[in-house]
Amino acid sequence: MSIARRAGAVFAGLLSVLILGTSAQADEYNLIIDEVIMTVDGETRTGIGINGSIPGPTLRFREGETVTINVTNNLDEDSSLHWHGILLPNDQDGVPGLTFDGIAPGETFTYSYTLQQHGTYWYHSHSSHQEQRGVFGALIVDPAELDAVAYDREHVIILSDWLHEDPATALRNLKSRADYYNFDRRTVGDFFRDVFGARSASERQAALQDRLDWGAMRMDPTDINDVSGYTFLMNGQEPDVNWSALFEPGERVRLRFINAAAMTYFDLRIPGLTMTVVNADGNNVVPVPVDEFRIAVAETYDVIVEPEDHHAYTIFAEARSREGYARGTLTPQLGMEASIPPMSPREVLTMAAMGGAHAGMDMSSMNGDQNMPGMDHAAMGHGDMGQMAEPEAEPMADMDHAAMGHDMPATLDPHASHDMGATTSDEVMSGRITRLTYDDLEALEPYVGVPAPDRTITLRLTGVMERYIWTINDERYDPDDTEPIRMRLGERVRLEFINETMMDHPMHLHGMWMDLQNGHGETNPRKHTISIPPGQTLYADVTVDAAGEWAFHCHLMLHMASGMFQRVVVSEAVES
Amino acid sequence: MEHSHHRHVSALMIAVFTSMLGASAIAAEGPTFAYAALDTDIAEQGGETVLTWNGQGWIGGDFHKLWVKTEGERAAGDLEEAELQALYSRMIAPFWDFQAGIRYDFEPEGRAYATAGFMGLAPYWFEVDAAAFLSEDGDVSAHLDVDYELLFTQRLIGSPYAEVELFAQDVPELEVGSGLATLNSGFQLRYEITRKFAPYVDINYERAFGASADMRRAAGEDVETTTVRFGVRLVY
Repeated sequence: MSIARRAGAVFAGLLSVLILGTSAQADEYNLIIDEVIMTVDGETRTGIGINGSIPGPTLRFREGETVTINVTNNLDEDSSLHWHGILLPNDQDGVPGLTFDGIAPGETFTYSYTLQQHGTYWYHSHSSHQEQRGVFGALIVDPAELDAVAYDREHVIILSDWLHEDPATALRNLKSRADYYNFDRRTVGDFFRDVFGARSASERQAALQDRLDWGAMRMDPTDINDVSGYTFLMNGQEPDVNWSALFEPGERVRLRFINAAAMTYFDLRIPGLTMTVVNADGNNVVPVPVDEFRIAVAETYDVIVEPEDHHAYTIFAEARSREGYARGTLTPQLGMEASIPPMSPREVLTMAAMGGAHAGMDMSSMNGDQNMPGMDHAAMGHGDMGQMAEPEAEPMADMDHAAMGHDMPATLDPHASHDMGATTSDEVMSGRITRLTYDDLEALEPYVGVPAPDRTITLRLTGVMERYIWTINDERYDPDDTEPIRMRLGERVRLEFINETMMDHPMHLHGMWMDLQNGHGETNPRKHTISIPPGQTLYADVTVDAAGEWAFHCHLMLHMASGMFQRVVVSEAVES
Repeated sequence: MEHSHHRHVSALMIAVFTSMLGASAIAAEGPTFAYAALDTDIAEQGGETVLTWNGQGWIGGDFHKLWVKTEGERAAGDLEEAELQALYSRMIAPFWDFQAGIRYDFEPEGRAYATAGFMGLAPYWFEVDAAAFLSEDGDVSAHLDVDYELLFTQRLIGSPYAEVELFAQDVPELEVGSGLATLNSGFQLRYEITRKFAPYVDINYERAFGASADMRRAAGEDVETTTVRFGVRLVY
């Protein structure tokens, strides 16, 4: 993708970035949001960038630093920047209509806050569909003291998805026809192959039952990504352009992955290298060596790789839809490249993976699952384990996870049930490939003395796919009518996420951390975005330590735009 | 035809009024979207060229919409049938809308109806449109339309459909008798070159039953017809 500045655009802005880019710890920054002309797939397109580029400049801060960021909006519509995962005063959070009025065309808004944390984060517009058109960038905060993660060299890798259509048009198309972009639906031929090609009567029966079950729910197991037609970018570059990063053999290289895509989860691997995950959503975790990991929309993962040889490695980020991939190269010398691996098979959601996803629907034909929606999955397994005396409780292995609605690998490996995908890849099941799961995430340093939650707030993730309406507790967000989630400063709240839909939802809470309850007790990982798989229930505890009105939403941009959004209103504790 | 002009005007006024009611509900809702699709085709029937159309569209939000439906037929240069409906449509269940409004037939003769019904997606992917009609003369009728889709490939889609019309009384002007009056069924095979442009071939079978069939026979018309239609689906 090449970028040219629009006529009359912001020379000064670009210049200032070039200067700031070299003065690493400057404490005043100028960012200008404006249209940029770019080329994707050989087509000239108008995106929206920051200081003339997509992604915007990488902001590099130091923990403890107080930064001042002047953001100028050169668009014809209101704009904003939100600092994703950063703890800050409510009025600096950058959500129009909630924490400030937005930045009017031609206006400059000055953000100012003090960094109280370190790690890999990002920033993006929170206005209309601007993030989908390119308004995002990396935000890296170096620790005030020695970094617990040792590395010789680092690279920031931002993944994104570019749609040639206007995102508003995509939303309209989905509203008129939910399968508008799905060209992987099951056909009559698939049906005959599954039913008449069955090797046994029971297999035939299962294939028939599967069609009946999905038909009864009026849901489509092939709907993985809602939207197709994306071109997948790595640091704004198409696969052919091959964004490249250097290393010296023998170095420890830290790769900071950020998923800034509108709708796309990526499965990431670097064939030939083991990736050691050291940081998730900005927080250090106990190192986990993996061959592959899935990064949900809005998450970040830092990995360490240690390439020993003088040869190039492909950084391969397959879109979960398998429609394409983002690709770059890690190389000792510019110009080298490694082969591009074939994409792994596209997953099809299984009825078992759907588990309790059909609450409130007519499930008369379902076997064994009828009682699922009301059941407390987590109480039976993972979610509450953090509260158990022995987090690695043995009984889990004996439980029938499949009947509980977890995905298939769960019957083989209890930890795989938190696998962020429903994929049943043979390689993973046979143990030849290790893939990161949420259960692997364990904070590097314990959060000592974190109290038990005072109460639980249930958030059913709901929606009507056929109409492309996405909701929380069956309510489409309406700023005037929706009763917000109320919390009191100082309390500790447990969020119970029950995903009743067939899509994954990366839920993002602004302003406060969510401690994912994954069975590690004091070392439960701290995240800003938690992806809840279809039919599953996850728990996260929040120490309510920031007053104000905070956004809380699904980070799939079109889900957010379709109603999967809430306000969390944190008030001063009421005297009793 | 002059006598029907007055009716045409009043029907349009009612349509405008209905639209305004719908529009006010829609305006209160928030984001507004719009959609329209039109199937239009041509066939040879008894030496005549027959052109039929079937279109629908809506404007509105997730919960409240203004729906417009139209269908009609033109044979040998004359407009034989032309129907227009303007409906307020409200989501009443995840897969169902309640719709109410007016229908006006321009041909075979100007006639206004009040209508109410349900439109949505039944389990196992059957698209259903069921509505009852009360004509300005007090005649009561109903129609039920069921469509299904079979994907031969991602773009080659077969769609069997059946629509029945029921009448509570004889309406000789329309050549229908009480009871099951007509069946309009067929199989449309379309190829979606894009989601917005799909040529199709439609094998259509239409017939009348009971008293309606008798009236057609008396008028020297066919009780049943089979046509092969070639057309295109356009989507906005």
